[in-house]
Amino acid sequence: MNSLWALTLATLVKDIRLEWRSKDALNSMLFFSLLVVVIFVFSFDPLAEESRHIVGGLVWVAFLFAAVVALNQTWARELRNQVLDAYRVSPAPANALFMAKALGNFLFVSVLEALMTPLFVIFYNLHVLGPAWQLIPLALLGTWALVVNGTFFAAMSLRTRNREIMLPLLLFPVSIPAVLGMVAGTTAVLTGENSAHFYIVLLLTYDVVFTTACLGLFGTILQAE
Amino acid sequence: MKRLFPILSILTAIFLAYALYQALVVAPTDALQGDVYRIIYYHVPSAWTAFLLFFINFIASVEYLVNAKPSSRTAAKWIVIAIGVVGVIATFLPQVQALLPTGMRPSAVATTVLAIPAFYFLVGWLFPGEKLDVLAVTSAEVGVVFCTIVLVTGPIWARPVWGIWWAPGDIRLTSTLVLWLIYVSYLALRRFSSSAQTQMMAAALAVFGALDVPLVYFSIWFFRTQHPQPVIGGGGSMDPRMLHTLLISWMAFLCFAFLVAWSRFRLELLQREVEQAHAMESLAGAGASAKASLPLNRSA
Amino acid sequence: MTQAASSSIITVENVIKQFGRFAALRGVSAEFDAGRFHAILGDNGAGKTTLLRALAGLAHPTQGSISIFGKSPQAACRDLGYMAHPSLLYDEMSGMENLRYFAQLYGITGDERCAQAIRAVGLDPQLTRGVGQYSQGMRQRMSLARAILHDPKVLLLDEPFSNVDVHSAREMVGLLKGMRDVGKTIFVVTHQALLLDGVADEFVWMQAGQIVDRTATVMRGATTGEGVQ
Repeated sequence: MNSLWALTLATLVKDIRLEWRSKDALNSMLFFSLLVVVIFVFSFDPLAEESRHIVGGLVWVAFLFAAVVALNQTWARELRNQVLDAYRVSPAPANALFMAKALGNFLFVSVLEALMTPLFVIFYNLHVLGPAWQLIPLALLGTWALVVNGTFFAAMSLRTRNREIMLPLLLFPVSIPAVLGMVAGTTAVLTGENSAHFYIVLLLTYDVVFTTACLGLFGTILQAE
Repeated sequence: MKRLFPILSILTAIFLAYALYQALVVAPTDALQGDVYRIIYYHVPSAWTAFLLFFINFIASVEYLVNAKPSSRTAAKWIVIAIGVVGVIATFLPQVQALLPTGMRPSAVATTVLAIPAFYFLVGWLFPGEKLDVLAVTSAEVGVVFCTIVLVTGPIWARPVWGIWWAPGDIRLTSTLVLWLIYVSYLALRRFSSSAQTQMMAAALAVFGALDVPLVYFSIWFFRTQHPQPVIGGGGSMDPRMLHTLLISWMAFLCFAFLVAWSRFRLELLQREVEQAHAMESLAGAGASAKASLPLNRSA
Repeated sequence: MTQAASSSIITVENVIKQFGRFAALRGVSAEFDAGRFHAILGDNGAGKTTLLRALAGLAHPTQGSISIFGKSPQAACRDLGYMAHPSLLYDEMSGMENLRYFAQLYGITGDERCAQAIRAVGLDPQLTRGVGQYSQGMRQRMSLARAILHDPKVLLLDEPFSNVDVHSAREMVGLLKGMRDVGKTIFVVTHQALLLDGVADEFVWMQAGQIVDRTATVMRGATTGEGVQ
């Protein structure tokens, strides 16, 4: 068990180092996130009082799109030079690779969210009427929900003819309950009209169920030719 | 078996015509909705058929995944038996009965739970090896067709009766939409995947879909309790003649679905055999095909 | 298998590998002795790479089985070292950094073995350049270092010499010969059969997804008996 976590950590550190050196995805992703926010601001008039009711949805849709672009990069480095083969041939457990990639994506998407959130707050003059602390579990659990399945489906898409479109095609339907939870929960907190408690529990359940499913089935996906 | 098909087709056509007659002529007019309600005789049986097909796909996918290793195969068999036994016993416990929604009889729940091991063993017995995967593809495709019918007839029904095309909080319709989306993505994966392990991956996706559906259901159910929803669907019991027509309609649909699925199944089997034969064709002209045997047997 | 699961043999039993309509391997059966250097030759599309990948556990046979020292390729992964024409290395990391990472996949800690492997292929462990900036010859050699890092009993090399300068190629052949001499089993898929003339113990000829001949020298037609078995 120790070695599983050690390997996960080693892979994660390696990925961060590689990303830092090339800054391939990082810079363009940061700018893309900014663009997404701006497009939304122009599409949905931030002056209206109703904005507080819809911002929850806007924010998470924006996060979803940014996440998809980030997720599509997950395995890009392993495909170059077929490094994935080196992993498959080694005795290293597949789940270490999966967790490392999922955690890496989680960190990456969280950075994007941290960048986009203040922009939304500014452009929509948001202030939170409900218990603001609830936004943290919502954000963490919601992001993990997207990222864990996203990493899994990104791996599935590797062997398909139109890789980039396959990922959202597979990810979106399965993510619907999670998206509902994130959006409804965030709206509940922003408007203070309802408790987000149920949605936090829903997201937690979703995360547990699908993390288990991903860990159980990733080995099969990795070994696909 | 080949001769049976045309006969069954004719019988099914007759049955469908009879069901149509029942639906349009024999069944009484609804007190509230008038004649518009008659679309229910297409809408509801399509839904039940689609769900049955998706359920079969789920069972076939799980079996396909567990059959990869003998250890997981045996484990799965015991788990499925346990589900059946525990589920049936549970429905007779008062604590569990209290949790059931009103109107749902424990025996109905018990029967549904028993369906899981029953289907598991039936499917495993009738469709060994590769045929499990062929069954999965078939049931997914035909299921999507019937699910599309549900999603098209739903709004067509809703609009004249309740004035709206779509109710965002309607659990059944939304869950059906998500199910449809999941299975369309399943079919997309099958079509665009160029891997040798496509079948395994598709099976994995089917499992993900099955895990997702209850979550969808509960998320919308709670969402509804917090937001005002348009009132949809009458409560109360159904006129027994309507129920009778509904069941006739469903039986006719099942026969039709069976025929379509059967053809699709045979088609897929044949396509796979052709691929195998092509693959074994010698490039240099020597008779290599003598050595290789086709793993699929043509019995259906 | 009727004979006792001999742990000194690599067995390929009637392996068929299909990719849709195309059969890359059409019923390949063979036994390979351990501790020998086997060169696999043939035209493009003969199935050489597929066979090697099947031995490595990267391609799963549609039918048939492969046993390496009595175990499946995946179970025997610690004993296998694989190298292909792509480098299987991260371009942005140096050689040592790459090997340090891959060493962890095999449970090897510490830099010593990594440095050893790099020196063994004739490269300098201190190089800080990213592997992507190496010449082709250096990159192939570093890839070989990665393959031998965990001291595997079997080496599976797919076209290790293509696009490599003659000097590097000769060095690699010398290195491989040395490894065979200490008891490792080596499989090399190559188009450059002459490089291995006098070095390889056996030449396995493939055509249209089958093994058609096994000779002791590069010259076909001068077969000594019915091949090795």
